[in-house]
Amino acid sequence: MAHVHYQKIEGRSAGFYALLAVLGSLIAVGLGAALYMEHNGHWVTGMSNQVIWGTPHVFAVFLIVAASGALNVASIASVFGRQLYKPLARLSGLLAIALLVGGLAVLVLDLGRPERLIVAMTYYNFKSIFAWNIILYVGFMGIVAAYLWSMFERRFNNYTKTAGMAAFLWRLTLTTGTGSIFGFLVARDAFSSALFAPMFIIMSFAYGLAFFILVLFAATRWTGRPLGDVMVVRLKNLLGVFVASVLYFVVAYHLTNLYMTGKHDVERFILLDGGVYTRLFWIGQILIGGVLPLVLLYSKLGRSRALIALAAILVIAGGLAQMYVTIIGGQVFPMPLFPGKEASSSFFDGVVAAYSPSLPEILLGIGGIGIALGATAFAIKILPFLPQSLADTDVDPHHKPG
Amino acid sequence: MSINRRQFLGLGGAAVAATALAPGLRLIELAQARSPEEAVTSLHRWGLLIDSSKCADGCTSCVSACADENGIQSHNRPATDAQWIRKVTLKDKQTGHVQTLPLMCQHCEHPPCVDVCPTGASFKRADGIVLVDKHICIGCRYCMMACPYKARSFVHEVTTGQKSHAPRGKGTVEACTLCVHKVDRGDGSTACADACRKEGHQAILFGDLKDPASEISKRLASQPSTQLRADLKLNTGVRYQGI
Repeated sequence: MAHVHYQKIEGRSAGFYALLAVLGSLIAVGLGAALYMEHNGHWVTGMSNQVIWGTPHVFAVFLIVAASGALNVASIASVFGRQLYKPLARLSGLLAIALLVGGLAVLVLDLGRPERLIVAMTYYNFKSIFAWNIILYVGFMGIVAAYLWSMFERRFNNYTKTAGMAAFLWRLTLTTGTGSIFGFLVARDAFSSALFAPMFIIMSFAYGLAFFILVLFAATRWTGRPLGDVMVVRLKNLLGVFVASVLYFVVAYHLTNLYMTGKHDVERFILLDGGVYTRLFWIGQILIGGVLPLVLLYSKLGRSRALIALAAILVIAGGLAQMYVTIIGGQVFPMPLFPGKEASSSFFDGVVAAYSPSLPEILLGIGGIGIALGATAFAIKILPFLPQSLADTDVDPHHKPG
Repeated sequence: MSINRRQFLGLGGAAVAATALAPGLRLIELAQARSPEEAVTSLHRWGLLIDSSKCADGCTSCVSACADENGIQSHNRPATDAQWIRKVTLKDKQTGHVQTLPLMCQHCEHPPCVDVCPTGASFKRADGIVLVDKHICIGCRYCMMACPYKARSFVHEVTTGQKSHAPRGKGTVEACTLCVHKVDRGDGSTACADACRKEGHQAILFGDLKDPASEISKRLASQPSTQLRADLKLNTGVRYQGI
């Protein structure tokens, strides 16, 4: 394989500044929304003592999961030795850090006391999976930064494989930790399943690659860099495999629950008569996030780059729906406090809790996406993350134009 | 009445001995009470025994007494207002039998809220009372996700009318403290139990689960009782009868 030439993007065009302005305003609005929520208290949001984690968590967990998945392209190159993916490894590492920062920002700004972040960094309860996650997140950024450095600095190129392996193992642990936040919740019927850890890992593969494909398409197109079909077809097929794997895990999760009589009520709620949650599951998560992308990617439609990009957008939309159904749907369904009895109280025992996302929550979540994409756009301007060319003959010396 | 010298010496000696011993005996009594500087010990485990059959339908005296005692004010927003104790009505799905009971933090021996808290703000005292350290709570609300009893509330807005013995703060999580300030003062009861007794229902009994001579221990030893979600094996400090 020919030596890969990386180059900073020029980043002087009106289009680039317009992009930064748009992303910058998303960030500003998101910060404003957080300030509004923190100033007034969380009662101004849709969240309550019933729905404890709302739309900000949907975005935050989605971005954190996507972050670890975005690193996959680099892992395929460094850990599994597929040279074809090597030119993309830098962008992959960058996007992983950027998405994580965006997700964590949303998570922290939704805390009741975000100014106490330093407390979270200095007081640890090591039995808490949340505390482990704080270490996993910070460690992930450090390890991926070192991994990137080993790629950028020629003297350290020999360490790239080691650093890549460390980053790969760390990211598997990280997503296991994120899934276990829900998997360890024994009190709630929709959670409390060991499947959450592997399911979140496979979800991260799909979400992260969807983000990666979109960013790659935009960056190469807007900077006039060639992007050949060899690369596009590989990435497209990979995304299809990941999307199908997510569907497999979703089926396994629901089948397991359906076998347990005690979980029939919550399954009935999600799959059959849960109103908006049922619709989001079937239309959002399964149809938009699973079936449609598979059709787009694996049929003749997959020859169109616009439709591949659309498939990636659908995977992201479906992923957000999946997070919404998982996180919010799992909370609105009442906890089984008194088996065999119908409970009622002034504290909403025994009823499906009401929740509708408020504007500030949504704006904060979108602000997190703004942070991730804004940081990426800024970074590729100041450091050479992008290869000059991903044309077929550059990525695959044996390529014969057919 | 006249006393001889021998009798005088005998009585005098007894009086001296009594004055010398009495403070000592009194000290033993004092030593059993805990001074504020003294650490809480695991010699006690405080808990409640709640008899649902004595809990009157429609009576909410325990709820209002708790609110008064701990300075919890409603903002007329039921979804976000804090509730440390609530009355739950239960209807048996098979038989249609209806009963009510008060529900609050169950002060578990193995509290899931303490397990999941990232900073250690959720903690259990040696005497079994589960509390939140409001100074290091970051408001992540994971404890609320983990609590099987929905016992905790997030403070969704600015608090007013706080009591010095029950600090509260916007953006932190709180729950029933088992009236820890009363326990530490040696009151031997909680606001909810006092209110229930005043109403004449006596559905709530406070006491030391580790003291075999306490009324709560005697009743638990001689009568059937149950824990909510006993399947989770949290060994709750609050026990129920009649459900």
